[in-house]
Amino acid sequence: MQRFLLQRAIQSAVVLLGLSVLLFTLLVYTPGDPVELLAQANPEVQPEDVQRLRQYYGLDDPLIIRYLKWLRAVAHGDLGYSRTYSLPVRTLIGQRLGNTLLLVGTAFLIALVVGSAIGIYSALHQYSPADYGFTVFSFLGLAMPNFWQGIVLILIFAVWIPLFPAGGMTTPGVAPGWPMAWDRLWHLVLPVAVLATSGMASWTRYVRSSMLEVIRQDYVRTARAKGLPERRIVRRHALRNALLPVITLVALSIPGVLNGAVLTETVFSWPGMGLLLFQAVLGHDFNVAMAVLLFLALVTVGANLLADVAYAVVDPRIRYG
Amino acid sequence: MATGQMAMDLGRRERLGEQAATAETYARLVWRRFRRHRLAVIGGSVAVFLSLVAVLAPWLAPYRPEQISLADRWGVPSRTHPFGTDELGRDVISRAMYAGRISLSVGYLSALGVAVVGTVAGVAAGYYGGLTDSVLMRVVDILLSVPTIPLYLIMAALLPGGGVARIIFIFVLFGWTGVSRLVRSQVLSLRQQDFVEAARALGASELRIMLRHLVPNAMAPIIVATTLAVGGFILGESALSYLGLGIQPPTPSWGNMLQRAQEYVLNASWLALFPGVLIFITVLSFNFLGDGLRDALDPRLNV
Repeated sequence: MQRFLLQRAIQSAVVLLGLSVLLFTLLVYTPGDPVELLAQANPEVQPEDVQRLRQYYGLDDPLIIRYLKWLRAVAHGDLGYSRTYSLPVRTLIGQRLGNTLLLVGTAFLIALVVGSAIGIYSALHQYSPADYGFTVFSFLGLAMPNFWQGIVLILIFAVWIPLFPAGGMTTPGVAPGWPMAWDRLWHLVLPVAVLATSGMASWTRYVRSSMLEVIRQDYVRTARAKGLPERRIVRRHALRNALLPVITLVALSIPGVLNGAVLTETVFSWPGMGLLLFQAVLGHDFNVAMAVLLFLALVTVGANLLADVAYAVVDPRIRYG
Repeated sequence: MATGQMAMDLGRRERLGEQAATAETYARLVWRRFRRHRLAVIGGSVAVFLSLVAVLAPWLAPYRPEQISLADRWGVPSRTHPFGTDELGRDVISRAMYAGRISLSVGYLSALGVAVVGTVAGVAAGYYGGLTDSVLMRVVDILLSVPTIPLYLIMAALLPGGGVARIIFIFVLFGWTGVSRLVRSQVLSLRQQDFVEAARALGASELRIMLRHLVPNAMAPIIVATTLAVGGFILGESALSYLGLGIQPPTPSWGNMLQRAQEYVLNASWLALFPGVLIFITVLSFNFLGDGLRDALDPRLNV
């Protein structure tokens, strides 16, 4: 087990390092480096200034040197400075991280709980009208473009029936304390609804098929033959086993959730990491884009690693190494 | 009905010989199972219909898509303009038909590209194993460990321009990983089987073994994954174009018709609705189709 863990940890580190090389290379070759943009914005800047600045920032160094310099800085906790915000990237991410966690976390929990409940119900009532209805619903949820669903919700619930705000995270001038918490919640409803829909749709499908597989197993038939009450069969025998793969799926679903977050935050101008990334890419804010991307990758890789560990702990049939 | 079917099969078998008859029955079995899947049949029909409309757009569209008519700006849907007109007075249904050409091309060609690249990589990794496998699968691990939309964003910034080929290139570059994993796992189990061993013993070349024995037997999951990918890439195009980094106007795509949707919401909601509905219906159709194909081609498949 320990050997397996160590192996997986090393593998994850290699993946992250490889990814950082890839992303760094891609971003370096993105047109519009900071000095070029500065020279365009300010006509006072002379060609010799450009030369000096390029040298100062090491922009003419070979790629590998630049990468190693960047890596050394990151290893020391220095993520650089944001061009557009004139703030250290660390501060910037610190401000945004909580907002994204609030949005994504709420949506993810709702999707997981409601989606699993629907999935279990559907599996236990296979081919019933309700099962059919939920299946159609999950197909609808998966086919709807995330950002467009946001626009439709804004149209219905912010324009036609002005119940919720069309975007943002706070109303200016709200008193701190309970009114502010309430205001935050009020802003959270529509973006969470968007993010939770697609998540719910996939959880319904996963849990339904996993549950269907389990209730055909011999040990469930045995439990029935013993005359156990149906509730107990479902809870003790079927559900426990059906939910095992969900651990892995939680990890595997992380990239999709983060994709949704980028789009949802952009549609609702939610000041989180996704919006930050989008604006950083548009504004050629190299350090910010790199930091956010690596953070997203770190979350994904970390979740996968955690899922492997959790799986081994929860399922006694799995013994690594 | 069952006996009639059997009698027909027997008659056919006599005429066509054993080999052809089994092939025929497999195709027929697939068709029969597919037909039972009502939603898949509807999905397939809608996909064909939308593709035909896109191909025939120059003949079907009532107006030229780029024809500006400032007198008819912001027209609500009416008999002359079923989907209304936009901020420049262009006819939205005509634009939507032409946009379908772009969005569907991106979907089809990206899916095809992913199928080809993914199959080549998957067969290579599964067949050769060893270093080839390790390197390819580490690349897959790396690409799968970062969400796709951020990767698309960077690539879109890296490659300026707004054409169809650029989007397809980006999608294929990052999209082949899923198919390659599927194909690899199929090849790993096929490679051990007797018929592959027999082919090798008969002196078949590696290329022949791959093309004649491995790829055809891995076809079912490839077809299903490719069908589902069409919908996925149409969603991807719409998201990128909505963000302003995909297909550039004035060329219409379903995604970039929604670029200003947030402004439209206030006073021209039809402009924010129709392109989205088209994306929605198209993706839904391909998902139903893929699902039906999975059940029809191989019910045990788990793509």
